[in-house]
Amino acid sequence: MSAPTARQYSTFSVDGLYFGVEALRVQEFIRYQQMTHVPLAPRDVAGLINLRGQIVTAIDLRSRLQLPPRADGRLPMNVVLRSDDGSVSLLVDEIGDVVDADDDSFEAPPETVGGVARDLILGAHKLPGRLLLVLDTDRAIAVTPA
Amino acid sequence: MWEEVECVGELDEIVGEFLVESYENLDAFDDDLLALERDPNATDRIASAFRTIHTIKGTCGFLGLGTLESVTHAGENLLTLVRDGDLDLGPDIATALLALSDAVRSMLGSVEATGTEGDADHSALVATLERLQHGAGGAVASAPAGDAPAAGAPPPVDAPPPVDAPPPHGTGGATALSAAPPPAPQAEPVPAAADVPAAGEPRGAAAADSSIRVDVGLLDQLMNLVGELVLARNQILQHTSTSTDAALVGSSQRLNLIATELQEGVMKTRMQPIGNVWGKFPRVVRDLTVALGKQCRVVMEGEDTELDKTIIEAIKDPLTHLVRNAVDHGVETAADRVAAGKPAEGTLTLRAFHEGGQVNIEIADDGAGIDPARVLAKAVERGLVRPDQATRLVEREILSLIFSPGFSTAARITNVSGRGVGMDVVKTNIERIGGTVDVASVPGSGTTFKVKIPLTLAIIPALVVTCGEERYAIPQASLLELVRLEGAQARQGIELISGAPVYRLRGNLLPLVHLNRELAVPDTADRDVVNIVVLQADAQPFGLVVDGVHDTQEIVVKPLGSQLKGIATYAGATILGDGRVSLILDVVGLAQRAHVVAEHRERALTAGLGSGGPDAGELETLLIVGVGADRRVAVPLSSVARLEKFPRSAVERAGQGEVVQYRDEILPLISLSSALGAYPDPSAEAARTFDVVVCAAPGGGSVGVVVDRIVDIVEERRRARGTGQARVVDRRVTDVVDLPALVAALETGVLAGALPVEVGV
Repeated sequence: MSAPTARQYSTFSVDGLYFGVEALRVQEFIRYQQMTHVPLAPRDVAGLINLRGQIVTAIDLRSRLQLPPRADGRLPMNVVLRSDDGSVSLLVDEIGDVVDADDDSFEAPPETVGGVARDLILGAHKLPGRLLLVLDTDRAIAVTPA
Repeated sequence: MWEEVECVGELDEIVGEFLVESYENLDAFDDDLLALERDPNATDRIASAFRTIHTIKGTCGFLGLGTLESVTHAGENLLTLVRDGDLDLGPDIATALLALSDAVRSMLGSVEATGTEGDADHSALVATLERLQHGAGGAVASAPAGDAPAAGAPPPVDAPPPVDAPPPHGTGGATALSAAPPPAPQAEPVPAAADVPAAGEPRGAAAADSSIRVDVGLLDQLMNLVGELVLARNQILQHTSTSTDAALVGSSQRLNLIATELQEGVMKTRMQPIGNVWGKFPRVVRDLTVALGKQCRVVMEGEDTELDKTIIEAIKDPLTHLVRNAVDHGVETAADRVAAGKPAEGTLTLRAFHEGGQVNIEIADDGAGIDPARVLAKAVERGLVRPDQATRLVEREILSLIFSPGFSTAARITNVSGRGVGMDVVKTNIERIGGTVDVASVPGSGTTFKVKIPLTLAIIPALVVTCGEERYAIPQASLLELVRLEGAQARQGIELISGAPVYRLRGNLLPLVHLNRELAVPDTADRDVVNIVVLQADAQPFGLVVDGVHDTQEIVVKPLGSQLKGIATYAGATILGDGRVSLILDVVGLAQRAHVVAEHRERALTAGLGSGGPDAGELETLLIVGVGADRRVAVPLSSVARLEKFPRSAVERAGQGEVVQYRDEILPLISLSSALGAYPDPSAEAARTFDVVVCAAPGGGSVGVVVDRIVDIVEERRRARGTGQARVVDRRVTDVVDLPALVAALETGVLAGALPVEVGV
């Protein structure tokens, strides 16, 4: 039998949860950028940022996952993802390393995981010491207009 | 020869295009042949080569270039056999076809230089081409003896190398026994082609070099890059505006100039004359007139007016619809026209011109015009307006009803109308690219549709305003003017009509929209200053109240991501000089959200369908006017179209009554004081100007009611009907006058000169 396929994940944390997205989907990580607020926009849209002349919609992952808001004074980081519709940024708390995870350490979320999380999390890699939650990036950025 | 030169002179443009295209095609033709030599089974290459020669032959026939036609005809015949698999493309055929290509090039060069095909003799080439048709046919005929036709292809390719020259005459001689010595035809065409081009080819190259075809995608990319450059320039200019470094300021100014020129240059590469779209209209009109039994000619003015390619694409369908519509509904049949004293043949005039950074396109017919009464009747029938509203609409508003969804006056669905594209779609499509469409009509003498569209979509001038903490860009195309109210004006200038704020702008009521309320952002504005940006949406002006007004900038429109695309309030986003992202407001979307347009009508409609009459106690806005020296009369504001001031000197007499010229119409005047049996106020009579309340006349059009003073606009609780004749308004007894009823009662009276008339309201 061949060795199990390993996948590369770019990782980050949101409210103490350890998330990963497929490294190939990530365009770049950048520090906090000044944002333009978009009135009337869906709640999860934090604003628009200027990424070297490109206008990128920033989605607050805390809001998206219905997690409590970030403590005052803590600035989020941007995880800029490639999508069919241009780039989209996810606002996260902290950026982590790129990690390799074998497919056989992956498990779908247990039935007890409910709510939004169930829709947005594909499953978890059981890494030594902690779980790496794999984010469904397409769903995470599919915020429908209010 | 002379005739030919003249003919070519007349067709200069067509010939020019033909030459450029043919040179390109011949290059491709050579490529195809070379590829075919390597791979004789490349059917797409054969088809392409065939098409090239076929096209050139066809055009030559059309242009009267006989020699070219006959030479290419021979080549085409040969290629037909190759294409159909009756003949294999061996080196002999390839050589002859390449010689043909050279010969055609030389003749084209000659056409370009002298207007004639030149007098080189190509009969030998023609003979070779013809001989090969038969000769090679024999070769194939012998080959299949052993091989299946499909397998018959490779041998000739393999066979030639060892015998190089002999095969042509070998096969040719075997079947055709041509009289011409085989080597000669081969030798001749090549020198013939080589000799003549010496003069013609450089010129041919010139025609091809003076214009090149560029991929539109590349132009789009260039446009994007220029957009970025403009943004970068704006940022640099902002930084250097405060700089004291003369060298830096100098070079940034230079950058500014160059960027502007580059922007214009790149925009020009994407420009196309509107004639490209119009070109097909004469044909459309001809087909239509034949189908409808009408006569109509098309007159074009300014067909070289240029527009961005994307806009040309976008207006193609709306314009076509307007043209079809003009012929179908506008122009009358020849008999009707003659009966009306007009020439039997109608005229459709297409006019395009640049004005104020926009392109104006007018489509005018000299037909019967639009009958406002018919439009109104239809609109009432379709439920687009209520009957009682109908009396209040002015002609312009009535005509604009034709752009409403669900409106069509065509009594029957003809072949022309009823194609699923209504005038509302025309309007939507034009507005989508930031344009406007307007209609004007004179019954009996024609209708004119005026379309205004921006030159380009990518970079637009915009006004930057602030609201809350953010800045927003408003496309300048919808901007009418800016009004700033300060101090007492700011506190009192804005009045309320049943809760809706309005501002009196030169006598007209301007509905106001507070941007912060629409965007649901906290109100941070300074109460002492009110900034009103007067915008136009759907031909309806409205005032947008913003916190602050900045400058105007050239902005690059960038689309919003899918998460935000559904919000109609925004047209996109841009990056301002300081690098911050700013949203671009969609003026029409904003107006709809604020119910300034469209919803207005709907709301009125449902109100009318509801209780059948306004509730007692509902707020009503009254216009208070002065009659006589001290009498006050209130008029429901809903029956007032406009407030105007005219100089006394503008009054003219028509028949029994007094009139003024107003918006290209004659406005009959009725004196409110004489109608109510009061003595006119002497001080008002002595004034140089007088106030007029313009309202809709029952029979269509407008009537001006002359009042002695305009006192105020107040809001009052509506009383039960019947007792509303006089009430206390603002602590004074005031008569409430039903203006439409008064005007209706006076209508006949005015004509009879029987004034005053007592009107019970």
